Amino acid sequence: MTDATQPRVPDPIRAGLAAGWDVVDASRLSADLAIEADVAIVGSGAGGGVAAETLALAGLKVVVLEEGPLRSSSDFRMREADAYPELYQESAARKTRDKAINVMQGRCVGGGTTVNWTSSFRTPPATLDHWARALGIPGMGVDALAPWFAKMEARLGIAPWDVPPNANNAALARGAAKLGIPSAAIRRNVRGCWNLGYCGMGCPTNAKQSMLVTTLPTALSRGAKLVTRVRAERLVVAGDKVDRLEARALDATGTTPTDRRVTVRARSYVAAGGAIGTPALLLRSGTPDPHGLVGKRTFLHPTIVSAAIMPERVDGFAGAPQTVYSDHWLDTMPPEGPAGFKLEAPPLHPVLAAITLPGHGDAHARWMAQLPKMQVLIALVRDGFHPDSPGGTVTLREDGTPVLDYPLTPYLFDGMRRAFRAMADLQFAAGAETVMPVHGPGEAFATAAAARGAIAAFELAPLVTPVVSAHVMGGCPLGQDPRRAVVDLDGRHHQLANLHVLDGSLFPTSIGANPQLSIYGIVAKLADALAASLGRRPPAA
Amino acid sequence: MIDLSRRRLIKAGIAGGALLAIAGGITWFARRVMNEGAPRALDRDALAIVRAIVPAMLAAALPSQEPGRAGAIDETTAGVDRAIAGLPPAARAEISQLFALLALAPGRRAFAGVASPWAEASASEVDAFLRAWQSSGWALKRTAYDALHQLVIAAWYANPRSWPAIGYPGPPTLAV
Repeated sequence: MTDATQPRVPDPIRAGLAAGWDVVDASRLSADLAIEADVAIVGSGAGGGVAAETLALAGLKVVVLEEGPLRSSSDFRMREADAYPELYQESAARKTRDKAINVMQGRCVGGGTTVNWTSSFRTPPATLDHWARALGIPGMGVDALAPWFAKMEARLGIAPWDVPPNANNAALARGAAKLGIPSAAIRRNVRGCWNLGYCGMGCPTNAKQSMLVTTLPTALSRGAKLVTRVRAERLVVAGDKVDRLEARALDATGTTPTDRRVTVRARSYVAAGGAIGTPALLLRSGTPDPHGLVGKRTFLHPTIVSAAIMPERVDGFAGAPQTVYSDHWLDTMPPEGPAGFKLEAPPLHPVLAAITLPGHGDAHARWMAQLPKMQVLIALVRDGFHPDSPGGTVTLREDGTPVLDYPLTPYLFDGMRRAFRAMADLQFAAGAETVMPVHGPGEAFATAAAARGAIAAFELAPLVTPVVSAHVMGGCPLGQDPRRAVVDLDGRHHQLANLHVLDGSLFPTSIGANPQLSIYGIVAKLADALAASLGRRPPAA
Repeated sequence: MIDLSRRRLIKAGIAGGALLAIAGGITWFARRVMNEGAPRALDRDALAIVRAIVPAMLAAALPSQEPGRAGAIDETTAGVDRAIAGLPPAARAEISQLFALLALAPGRRAFAGVASPWAEASASEVDAFLRAWQSSGWALKRTAYDALHQLVIAAWYANPRSWPAIGYPGPPTLAV
């Protein structure tokens, strides 16, 4: 029972705290706090982390505000019971307005990068082409971004991962090969990965190169200040500038504001609270929005699930998750066409598997009893490229907290129906004895033909077909034209000179791939420009 | 098929709105049922509802007899309570409305179709209520089913006591 006191592996966060990093847990404040800095960054995830490092290395005084707690490898005990309430928004049970989509978002120092499954893709060329051709966004092409992706790949250890996939992912590769469909290995942001499979509960060995163990430690070592358990309430605008940031401390549970206030005055402000948090901050602040764009066109990669029982053990809870993917149903149709989808294989831990399997009672218990033989595929639908896929809208509740209204449309259900069929075909091709498309009460099928027939007749609908999302994107799109974009090509707010948006809310569509590397690369480019605009030049990488 | 879905959705939306209005109308009662701000979220009435739902939701997943069964139900009920306590205020308020609706005898009978008081309801009676809500044309009932499903099932499978029966060895031990 030495877990709590003796780190099993060196813990760079505890070492940094011992060395005197400037970190304040706002839940423990005994008085209001006033902070002055060159740059105030709201959020410590993929966007805020990269921005913090870039700006701190440029010699700027940075303060980072994070709504969640600071937790590190010594705390990461690979238990769902701890991880979901501690490290995720709304205990990993955040829902869209009609409750039809469960949204998993990180909420801790490092944000989503602390709990994601390490999948690393450059922004697909088809997506960047659409931005250039259909949306008229210059300077974000494959070649323009390549050096920034290369820089972040080197920074975060993103490289081919040569360890054989676990059986859950191997089944995806095997089924795809049988069907004559391409699949490939997923690059991962890890160094010295132990192949445990618990990335989603915080990496216990610090192998995952999240913001928690990379960019944020660099920034803190360069004198940045980090305030945790604090919620940015509003940017106070004076003229064409932000005058100050007003924030509120949260209590130790992390859910409820206290009376303690935190005020930050800075030359420049960076919104990096993710694609629900950032639009919500702007909406609460009443920042200028002459064309009503803020929070609109928010995208999710709406994701459906297909479960199978294999004749042999799969042990999907062990070994790195999401190491194989197939883009066959993205690459064979244009983004502007019918909804395409990406196939991946998630981790299968008891709670995640159990809440995903539909129904209850003895039938549910029988499925769970086969957990070691369970093989699961997910299909992530590419949204935001077609007129019938306008995404969702972030709005505010009475208490100022955000809620995303994301209607599931016939366009998306059409893609999901094809995805259910593709996943069932693939799982049977990989040797499945039984396949259950996760829909309705959870009917299972013994042959591909039976599954296909049933799937064709599924009445897909909200709250009948479970839909999940781990990728929130958009809501503050970038672009030259203020009538269509909240921020300009540098990420600078079109109406407020000293406000930047540097996170996944920049994206004018979904990415069509797990978005972390898109955020890293694009924010690295924009943060570099921000440093230059503040009179600093970050040292060459 | 799309037309059918749309009709269903519209119907569900209207009916759900009506149910929500009723639930909202008795929010005052929720303040008595829920004990907001305390480390434990649920009071005795709400805990009785959860305790009645746990055996129906989990059925064969629970130990079938003593020793073990009563403790498993107690721990799952406590886990649901802890989970609700950790949710943001807006989500807690919605759940409090649901339990307020179900705690009143007329609400229990009219909306859940459960004749017996929760503490006396049989597992089959509760199972019938859960199945009806799962496949209801009212979106709000399906929403409530999903919430109860997620809360109860997560509370049980987060508990190491549930792991041997599903062949989950637990997290690996990291050698120093």
